[in-house]
Amino acid sequence: MRYLPQTAADRAAMLADIGVKTADDLYKDVPAGMLLTKPVNLPSHQGEYTVERTISALAAQNLHADGAPFFLGAGCYNHHIPSTVDYIIQRSEFLTAYTPYQPEIAQGTLMYLFEFQSYICNLTGMDVANASMYDGATSVAEAVLMAKRVTKRDNVTVVDGLHPQYLDVLKAYLTHSEGTITIGDKADDTTACVVVQTPNFYGEVVDLKPLRALCDKTGALLVVAINEIVSLGMLPAPKEADIVAGEAQSIGVPMSFGGPHLGFFACKEGYIRQMPGRLCGETLDADGKRGYVLTLSTREQHIRREKATSNICTNQGLCALAFTVHLSLLGEEGFKQLARLNHEAACDLADALAKVPGVKVLNKTFFNEFTVELPKNSADVVEALADIGIIGGLALDGNKLLVTATELTTPEHIAAFTAALKEVL
Amino acid sequence: MANIPAHLRYTKDHEWIELQSDGTAVVGITEYAQEALGDLVFIELPKTGAGLSVGDEFAVVESVKAASEVYAPISGKVTEVNEDLSDNPAAINESPYDDGWMIKMTVADKKEIETGTMSADEYAGYLDKLN
Amino acid sequence: MESAKVHHMTPEQPAFMAKVPNNKALMLDEKLLFEQSTKGRMGVDLPALKGTKSRTGLAERAKVGLPEVSEPQVVRHFVRLSQKNYSIDGGLFPLGSCTMKHNPRLNEKMARLPGFARIHPMQPDSTVQGALALMHDLSHWLTTLTGLPGITLTPAAGTHGELTGMMVIRKAHEAAGKPRKIVLVPDSAHGTNPATAVTCGYTTYPIPTNEKGHVDMAAFTKAVDELGEDIAAFMLTNPSTCGLFEPDIKNIADKLHSIGAWFYCDGANFNAIVGKVRPGDLGVDVMQFNLHKTFSTPHGGGGPGCGPVVVSQKLIPYLPVPRVEKKGNTYSVVTKDATSIGRIKGFNGQFGMMVRALTYMLSHGADGLQKVAEDAVINANYILAHLKDTYHVPFKSTCMHECLLTDKRQKETGVTTMDIAKSLIEHGYHPMTVYFPLVVQGAMLIEPTETETKETLDEFIATMKKIAWDAANGNADALHANPVSAPARRLDEVRAARQPVLRWQTA
Repeated sequence: MRYLPQTAADRAAMLADIGVKTADDLYKDVPAGMLLTKPVNLPSHQGEYTVERTISALAAQNLHADGAPFFLGAGCYNHHIPSTVDYIIQRSEFLTAYTPYQPEIAQGTLMYLFEFQSYICNLTGMDVANASMYDGATSVAEAVLMAKRVTKRDNVTVVDGLHPQYLDVLKAYLTHSEGTITIGDKADDTTACVVVQTPNFYGEVVDLKPLRALCDKTGALLVVAINEIVSLGMLPAPKEADIVAGEAQSIGVPMSFGGPHLGFFACKEGYIRQMPGRLCGETLDADGKRGYVLTLSTREQHIRREKATSNICTNQGLCALAFTVHLSLLGEEGFKQLARLNHEAACDLADALAKVPGVKVLNKTFFNEFTVELPKNSADVVEALADIGIIGGLALDGNKLLVTATELTTPEHIAAFTAALKEVL
Repeated sequence: MANIPAHLRYTKDHEWIELQSDGTAVVGITEYAQEALGDLVFIELPKTGAGLSVGDEFAVVESVKAASEVYAPISGKVTEVNEDLSDNPAAINESPYDDGWMIKMTVADKKEIETGTMSADEYAGYLDKLN
Repeated sequence: MESAKVHHMTPEQPAFMAKVPNNKALMLDEKLLFEQSTKGRMGVDLPALKGTKSRTGLAERAKVGLPEVSEPQVVRHFVRLSQKNYSIDGGLFPLGSCTMKHNPRLNEKMARLPGFARIHPMQPDSTVQGALALMHDLSHWLTTLTGLPGITLTPAAGTHGELTGMMVIRKAHEAAGKPRKIVLVPDSAHGTNPATAVTCGYTTYPIPTNEKGHVDMAAFTKAVDELGEDIAAFMLTNPSTCGLFEPDIKNIADKLHSIGAWFYCDGANFNAIVGKVRPGDLGVDVMQFNLHKTFSTPHGGGGPGCGPVVVSQKLIPYLPVPRVEKKGNTYSVVTKDATSIGRIKGFNGQFGMMVRALTYMLSHGADGLQKVAEDAVINANYILAHLKDTYHVPFKSTCMHECLLTDKRQKETGVTTMDIAKSLIEHGYHPMTVYFPLVVQGAMLIEPTETETKETLDEFIATMKKIAWDAANGNADALHANPVSAPARRLDEVRAARQPVLRWQTA
């Protein structure tokens, strides 16, 4: 077996040194009758090309974004990833390293985490960012938990337009704590935080100033959720927020059927000790050279145990690297240009769809996705489009359809989409 | 051998307490405690005015690898906290009985000091047993 | 101050000296990209903008604050950073309870097929039948290997799986009338266990470890008898964090079930028993996997992981959504379920990790996985057999897939577990897990995994003996100073925590 180096002779010699006859002797503490004498009922081992054939056959059954005009977003976006990104993240020293608990031999990981945290701070206008969360949904849920710790209040207000899956995860995470979740834009002195997504789930860009004023008046924290991080190349940094949490998959990370993606978490400086997740910080080594370590770890489960700020342990390290490499390639001007390209493609899509008879664009504002009203049930339309090889967006309730354009959307894709719509409507 | 000033009283959780002439008390952690924790990096202190009962957690001291609660040795109200510790937690390592004091508090019941805490000799004996 | 003295003794340094980088052969100094930025450089070529009028309703952002560098600079930067990292591809990584085994490249290739990497989680089910089939197949493998019939694949990592499992347990208790109050946790448990229990609204009650490193059955029985139906569950890692199989596990399960409590088994150490023992047979009700441990998905310097959870029959109704369902030959995603705990992560979980794990399982097969466990256990015992006369062994027994040593015998020389770990770095190894489990002073937990050769283990054993020999023969100071040859010396963690610098900022 190709992954197992020990030969029969090796095993025999080693068992002799250990002082037992068989490997099963080492399982002496397993209760009688519980040690399996033969392999479980699953297929036996296979060579590389056989496995490759089996797995590839499953992949071949899926309609992927390179094979279809693609207008689906809703928190997971079809962006280009430069070749450099995948080359870097597949380097053994990054791919097969552990969490950097031994900083002397993990400066590579620690340095990019420091750069990652710096990038997230600059993008969001916040003071501190952690070294990543599982995804946007769990990051927003952790933000709310943190707001509850900071304010010692229980109730949560969620402004309509938060990604419905984020709301579901938030509900699950709050199942075992006091307080209510209210949808709306009201707050009072029992409100721990107001959660708002921008651009929101329907694509509308939200002005944060009135919500900031509401939070100032009531003492609630403002949690801003962002699930299309490319929007920050065009929209102002959400400096009104106390916590900015969301999804950064758009930069460097493939859609991969929903994961692994990249949650990010940033906040104002005063809340550092209430933050969940890992933090990388700068320091000096014994020679006085600059170096990096995981720091403030007394917040974390391996030290605080039941008093930890979160139970998170492993996070999304390699995805944070992919993000950092991609954003470094883009740089200041490239990132802003990418955001603009997305917006221009969405404007083109909106103009083209508005011309399809019976289709109405509902948004007043948008970045790279927006909602349209169709003359027919949108779920049926999405199915019909899929049958002719077009991924036509996300069916919302009734006749509404959420559509997205990115830098990968071409005029030909838009033309194919509008032509197909005319056919199925 | 740890430094255990004779004029202070001590708890099993390694806090020290000093009764002052004005009837209030000063509280901190002992040299043994700071040594066990190592270099302190962060101190979380209570607010002035907070009411404490014996055994209440009133502060958290953190080193790089450990966090430890500090408990009220007696009941009373916090009258002053050592704000300097926020910027300089090392004061507890360097001077646990002087610059490293943590809070001043009222003494609700003097008997709690006599019955609930140890003399320097008793604390020294207690540490011997621990080691 | 030092350098001022040196200057006094030697001729004045020419100005160019300050520009010489601090390089040593293959160890190359590297600045942050922020410090390499030059206005006007870019690492991408994007199409020209058309100048469409903005419809965002807000003023366009002027400054983001990103560095400006070209593609070759980016490549060199990250390649240089990579050279400062230790990795399993590069050498032995005997980190206990972390299962740092070989990560096959075929897994990576499969996860990158466009049919997997380039599909969206909200596409119509009809367009992703292959992906759903893969999730279904993986579920079948994991339930078969554990003998537990219910499964969710969505948790993002092992600890997230723990949280999910405990939420399922709480939901089941609530459905039966009351949530109960207490979760029993051994004092040797991983810190995530108590953190998870508290997150689910429980208080924890510690169960001590006995002198053999096992659950103290007298204490356990007493706790169950006294706390009775206040106990919601027992969270036990098996094989334990001491590297041992719990001999009383069946009795523990029976006792818990007798009071209607659930048995949660932390599956972090499943590599020792995969294909050899089915947790379901032992009476376990819930177990999470760490696919990046047992099933070889790369750890990636701290994730992404993937933490599927398997459960016993009665807990199936409470599993989170989404779930994959098969009817006839068609797969669909179930997103609504009235009895479920709900959704604990966006979309379908860490799908890319599922592709890698199934690829690995198909490669090994049922027969190979059994060998994985056996070889992992043989390798750990081989190290134990050869080091037990050099280092103190707290629990006298053969071990499972990891062996536990301590620094007790080195204590009088002043050499500690930390020094031994840092000396391993100097000798070209990643250290073992140190100071864990907390119940053993100066613990060193060594997990070689099954993918190391006997020769590699022999070299590691010799190195461990050399470090002990150095300690015993007056070289303690050298060990305290280690590592000296690594990309960095020991780092000042106190400084990092006292004055946190968590981002780059211009001076």
